[in-house]
Amino acid sequence: MSATGIGAAVRRKEDLRFVTGKGQYTDDVIRPGETRAVFVRSPHAHAKIKSIDISAAKTMPGVIAVLTGKELAGDKIGNLICGWMIHSKDGTPMKMAPHPALAAETVCHVGDPVVVVIAETQAQGRDAAEKVKIDYQVLPAIVDPAKAKSGPQIHDVAPKNTIYEWSLGDAKAVDAAFATAKHVTQLDIVNNRLVPNAIEPRVALAEYDAGTDQLTLWNTTQNPHVSRLVIAAFVGMAPEHKLRVIAPDVGGGFGSKIFIYPEEVVCLWAARKVGRPVKWTADRSESFVTDAHGRDHVTHAELALDVNGKMLAMRVRTIANLGAYMSTFSSSVPTYLYATLLSGQYDIPHIYCEVDAVYTNTVPVDAYRGAGRPEATFVVERLVEVAARQMGIDPADLRKRNFIKSFPHQTPVIMAYDAGDYNASLKKALDLADVKGFNKRKRESTRNGKLRGIGYSTYIEACGIAPSQAVGSLGCGVGLWESAEVRVNPTGSVEVLTGTHAHGQGHETTFAQLVSERLGIPFENVSIVHGDTDKVQFGMGTYGSRSGAVGMSAIVKALDKIEAKAKKVAAHMLEAAEGDIVFKDGKFTVAGTDKSAAWGDVSLNAYIAHKFAGQELEPGLKETSFYDPTNFTFPAGCHICEVEVDRDTGKAEIVNWTAVDDFGTVINPMIVEGQVHGGIAQGIGQALLENVVYDKDGQLVSGSLMDYSMPHAHDLPSFQVGLTETKSPSNPLGIKGCGEAGAIAAPAAVINAITDAIGTEELTMPATAQAVWTALKVAQPRQAA
Amino acid sequence: MPAVSMTVNGKAVTGDVEARTLLVQFLRENLRLTGTHVGCDTSQCGACVVHIDGIAAKSCTTLALQCEGAKITTIEGLAEPNGPLHPMQEAFRENHGLQCGFCTPGMIMAALDIVRRRGHDLDEHTIREQLDGNICRCTGYHNIVKAIAAGAKAMAKDGSRQAAE
Repeated sequence: MSATGIGAAVRRKEDLRFVTGKGQYTDDVIRPGETRAVFVRSPHAHAKIKSIDISAAKTMPGVIAVLTGKELAGDKIGNLICGWMIHSKDGTPMKMAPHPALAAETVCHVGDPVVVVIAETQAQGRDAAEKVKIDYQVLPAIVDPAKAKSGPQIHDVAPKNTIYEWSLGDAKAVDAAFATAKHVTQLDIVNNRLVPNAIEPRVALAEYDAGTDQLTLWNTTQNPHVSRLVIAAFVGMAPEHKLRVIAPDVGGGFGSKIFIYPEEVVCLWAARKVGRPVKWTADRSESFVTDAHGRDHVTHAELALDVNGKMLAMRVRTIANLGAYMSTFSSSVPTYLYATLLSGQYDIPHIYCEVDAVYTNTVPVDAYRGAGRPEATFVVERLVEVAARQMGIDPADLRKRNFIKSFPHQTPVIMAYDAGDYNASLKKALDLADVKGFNKRKRESTRNGKLRGIGYSTYIEACGIAPSQAVGSLGCGVGLWESAEVRVNPTGSVEVLTGTHAHGQGHETTFAQLVSERLGIPFENVSIVHGDTDKVQFGMGTYGSRSGAVGMSAIVKALDKIEAKAKKVAAHMLEAAEGDIVFKDGKFTVAGTDKSAAWGDVSLNAYIAHKFAGQELEPGLKETSFYDPTNFTFPAGCHICEVEVDRDTGKAEIVNWTAVDDFGTVINPMIVEGQVHGGIAQGIGQALLENVVYDKDGQLVSGSLMDYSMPHAHDLPSFQVGLTETKSPSNPLGIKGCGEAGAIAAPAAVINAITDAIGTEELTMPATAQAVWTALKVAQPRQAA
Repeated sequence: MPAVSMTVNGKAVTGDVEARTLLVQFLRENLRLTGTHVGCDTSQCGACVVHIDGIAAKSCTTLALQCEGAKITTIEGLAEPNGPLHPMQEAFRENHGLQCGFCTPGMIMAALDIVRRRGHDLDEHTIREQLDGNICRCTGYHNIVKAIAAGAKAMAKDGSRQAAE
């Protein structure tokens, strides 16, 4: 292993600009003549717009334009769409309601944009926005997904607020298996609604060049090409070749910056209308009512086991809240990213899952770190843990009895797991966490008046999203391959253009490690280019832990072509047969001789083209690849959480955290560990702290960082992180992906630990001190009895 | 509009601002020092932390006019141009104490203030408690805590260079 090659903990290239304040985030981009957009948003969860009076706002100082949804529709700007078709059990397509970028007739959630003010400064825009008068007829609202079907109807297209009633699996086989079961564990689960809260708020800056009829959008997006495609092809803003989308440095995404939002559409439209650049920068409070939220499931789950604890079948019924409109990929999250993972790491012969997706008068819900897989893992790992407790079997032992041990393994819910060793990660985690010493530690806690508990989560996820044919057959509107272009310069330095996008993952470093190792050239001589539709031809962006498994595989394929072409050039230079050229450590040699040519010489010769005729070999050294994976990848592992609970206050403190993950090949262990840490923190946040609260009228009670509890440094422990490795056979590097594992594994581990400590399963996330204290009060009399 | 004068990163600056202009707006929009970020509107996230007369403050909750005559240090003022990084900047890089980088300038400025108040030998508990005013969504804080401990130690060796303030 070289110091900068695959497997080395190379320090990140991108950090120099970030630690010196020289990062270039979207809000840092300032265009000449820039104006500011300020949105007037609905203060009601559900209302008819009776009238809008913009006359006073228009006369305010600095105001350039005040625009409404009526004008937007008049200019034939299309609606936002959801790009994944789901069909109900009865074969009918999902009920996608119109989602205009500015509401003209009805508002469906607090924060729904109605009017936009374009002004010289943000302060002037805010002053003018306060002068916009909107007369609303307030309508009854519904926020609880479990009651949505009987609530006031939100969209004409969706009777009973039902988007789809979907199912996966064989219901009859599951019923039959349950009939033979010795033991059935049942759980009612609420998977709490979360706000992604990337620390950089969303920003859109649009500019129109009338001379070339070209629109440019600088945007906080995880996938600039998908954004351009949707805004061109569906919203109809401009032809695709007349729209450029640039995603500069992006300050975290976690899914929330995948989607195409109203604000970027409005900024593009307004920039053309006023003939000047238009920038919108979200306030944090605005982010809370506009960025897609995550999770929000209500579930009843059952697991059937035989007398030996062998799992026979699982039955799951979930209501998924998709909010007021269908966000870009919202339909896929509680279906194909959720129910397909209900087999966990276990050999379960029969699984049946029903999912009803509903509209409510809340912010749209879509993918948030893990997207469906955290919800699935929580169901599976809670069921397993509770079943073990009810049957008097050690939870680790019950898991072992049911682990899948041979691969490939076809689950009853679509997925075909290709490689893994679940015993290995469990065993390593048990050792690292010193589970043998737990009872001793528990006695110590008891002596100190504290309750101690331990909880496992042996999770699985489907990453490397995704084989295009497979997702196409499931309703996805796009292919999920990835592209790479490798440009070798005449001096031998290299630029890699990738269709993935980094917003904290460190691709400029890890992708350069791959190129450095493969071509034997210095790490410093490689640049990674992403996030600009004028530079990178097309790509699908970054989410679903796909950039390594799919994005780097595309680079590998392009590098294969580079090597093949370079060998042809070297053969001419060295006057040898192409088949005799060997490329190793950045040098081309003629096999069995001492004749060689260095990488830089071959690069130069490819461009000066003096040694070969253009008719037999094209000059230049640049190759492109589009890589489509053969399968999802299946990262898996075991997280163990140990908590101490204060009986008097109910406060649960995490005292030990052990994570052992199998991510296949690891390019940079430092970056992988960082991804695991961040994911665990978000998972612990969900389990202990974070929760979106709406009141019954649809007002967002947890609408700022003062009200929504984000994990702080003092809420979290340090993490003990280990790895096991089985390579993925589904991509050339054997990578599985690491971005979401922590967020997927952690919530179940935390709740399993706390419920172990307090002796009751009746605990809903977030397990705040109050929630735990209340659970203790309910449980203790029963335990005493 | 009233004028305001202050020293930013060792340089005297003057600008016309509205009475309601925040320090962070003055830094970002008037001076184009965009290393100081805005991550929230309720003083929770700390992405906007700068030093005012040597003490960490949230520039999103400070009016530009309050800083008349003050000495301000931002993330851009920690290292000399083309010179080596400040030991705390270096520690964040060495310990992978950042991912997306958005909270990082505020984290580093807050870290320096922890060192000023609590010294160079910082334990994990102290660092975690003292970081209450800064939020990171990427790192889970594990490596930030390591970076601050290492940076504080390195500053002691480095003669506690505290930038141009």
